[in-house]
Amino acid sequence: MTKAIELDNVSIRYITGDFKSIGLKEFVLRKITGNYHIVEFWADRHVTFSLEQGDMLGIIGINGAGKSTLLKAITGIMIPIEGTIKINGKIAALLELASGFDNELTVRENTYLRGALLGYTKKFMDEKYDEIIEFAELENFQDYSFKQLSSGMKSRLAFSIACLVNPDILILDEVLSVGDGSFREKSGNRMKEILDTGVTGILVSHSLSQVRELCNKVLWLDRGNQIAFGETEDICNAYQHFLYQKKKERQLPESMEEIHEISRKYKLFVRLAEEERRSGENEELIASETAAQCERRWWKTIEAMPQDQLEELYKYYVDVDDNGMTMHERHRFYDD
Amino acid sequence: MSAVSRIENKIKQNWFLFSELVKRDFKEKYKRTALGMVWSLLSPLLNLFVMSMVFSHFFRRKMVHYTIYLFSGNIIMSYFVESTKGGMSALMNNSKIFSKINVSKYLFVLSKSVSSLINFMLTMIVYFIFIKLDHLHYTWKYFMLPYPVICLTVFCIGVSLCLSALYVFFRDTQYLYDVFLTLLRYLSAIFYSIETFSPKAQRMFLFNPVYVFIKYFRLIVIEDKVPSLAYHGLCFFYAAFFMSLGLWIYKRYNHQFIYYI
Repeated sequence: MTKAIELDNVSIRYITGDFKSIGLKEFVLRKITGNYHIVEFWADRHVTFSLEQGDMLGIIGINGAGKSTLLKAITGIMIPIEGTIKINGKIAALLELASGFDNELTVRENTYLRGALLGYTKKFMDEKYDEIIEFAELENFQDYSFKQLSSGMKSRLAFSIACLVNPDILILDEVLSVGDGSFREKSGNRMKEILDTGVTGILVSHSLSQVRELCNKVLWLDRGNQIAFGETEDICNAYQHFLYQKKKERQLPESMEEIHEISRKYKLFVRLAEEERRSGENEELIASETAAQCERRWWKTIEAMPQDQLEELYKYYVDVDDNGMTMHERHRFYDD
Repeated sequence: MSAVSRIENKIKQNWFLFSELVKRDFKEKYKRTALGMVWSLLSPLLNLFVMSMVFSHFFRRKMVHYTIYLFSGNIIMSYFVESTKGGMSALMNNSKIFSKINVSKYLFVLSKSVSSLINFMLTMIVYFIFIKLDHLHYTWKYFMLPYPVICLTVFCIGVSLCLSALYVFFRDTQYLYDVFLTLLRYLSAIFYSIETFSPKAQRMFLFNPVYVFIKYFRLIVIEDKVPSLAYHGLCFFYAAFFMSLGLWIYKRYNHQFIYYI
């Protein structure tokens, strides 16, 4: 099978510092006095992964992990300092949708301009214009000046234009939450429709449940470093565990083995916490604590367990049989 | 898809984007004025009116066809100023777009230049009417005029490419360039004649590209002379030199713009 996206050891460096928006005068002065400092930092370091056609990748990580920068490199807006990026196919990228429109132009003019920016041809836009406006629900606003629209309308239009094509590769940066409830549902459906056609997708999201639902591969970044790349469930579990820890106590896993180990414990915790809730014990405690507190409490318990007891619990709650069921599930199934 | 049709497609896409950008820049320029397009004809006229009042009445400057002399300098200088100032801010004004969408950035500069060119063409219409009013005659030599216009346009695009890159890196470029333009305006012999200077000083004026283009127009329109071949060469040199410089800077720093916006 052909690879749709291949990143090999990609590193992207940002430069920041007080050189930004200083004038020529200031620049010359600082150069002379030796006061000119550039701070370089690596937004992404040694990122390596590849996606097959039809894969859906979720990129996760806390703020400042380099997720958006990586997307910019994949779409070609930024150039990596090291490493190579190979792309097979036409990319449609939905990055921070509503910006970049022109406030003085009308909706119609903006639609054509955006279409042109995204690389569509005039013929294509002529054919699809009505469809775009209809999807964005802006039939009555076509000749309004853009500044008269609400921000929800702007996002809707942006989404409609960008989603019209059938790209080979679709890149989404936190965009599935556009507009009001009904439009969100419609855009979500459209998204799934596109994904069902077998495109390769990349999704940056802070919603882990969304990633679990849509993605079959996950890339975990932290401060530019690639922590893990692989199957969704284990990495998501390990990441969720990471998020539940207090900020100072957070520890990044160092190997895939460690991630599998954490994921296993995490699954056990989910079961045990479920059981606890069902049993009605500790009701007051459960009601008063947050999800993170609950996890930390159970984690301590699990870590303190002797190895043989832990293995018993794994066998009962976590390990699955040929039908994909745990022993615990099977018992409950027959009890009901 | 074959290589040829892919290139053809690429050109078609870029052409569509380019025409949309020109349309946008043009509309933006006139949307806020009630007079719209008429303004671009009226503004050089008013400008000319003020200048000819000041110089021919208050300073009592007597020169044959002084109005056209003034007009030639004025429209070319205005074109240069409008085109390069617009081009300079073209990248910054569109930074929101090219930091989100992968698009050829030079198109923004180019579209600003073209919308200035269209504007220049409109003022040319007024210019030709004034030529007639000033009792000058149209001759075959007027067919030479597209040459300096093309060279001037390429020159303006080249300068715009340099300035737009510089403006991304240094925001005070804007103010420095304004000062420079004031100086250039006085050095371009728009309202005075250079014949009173020594021959050596007169030659110095040829180092000023804007003056070179202004003089070309005056030679054809007022003096009814075709400039020498060397003079054509000079026009070509300025166009080619600044265009190459602009392209070189653009190619070199193209990918760094995003860090500075």
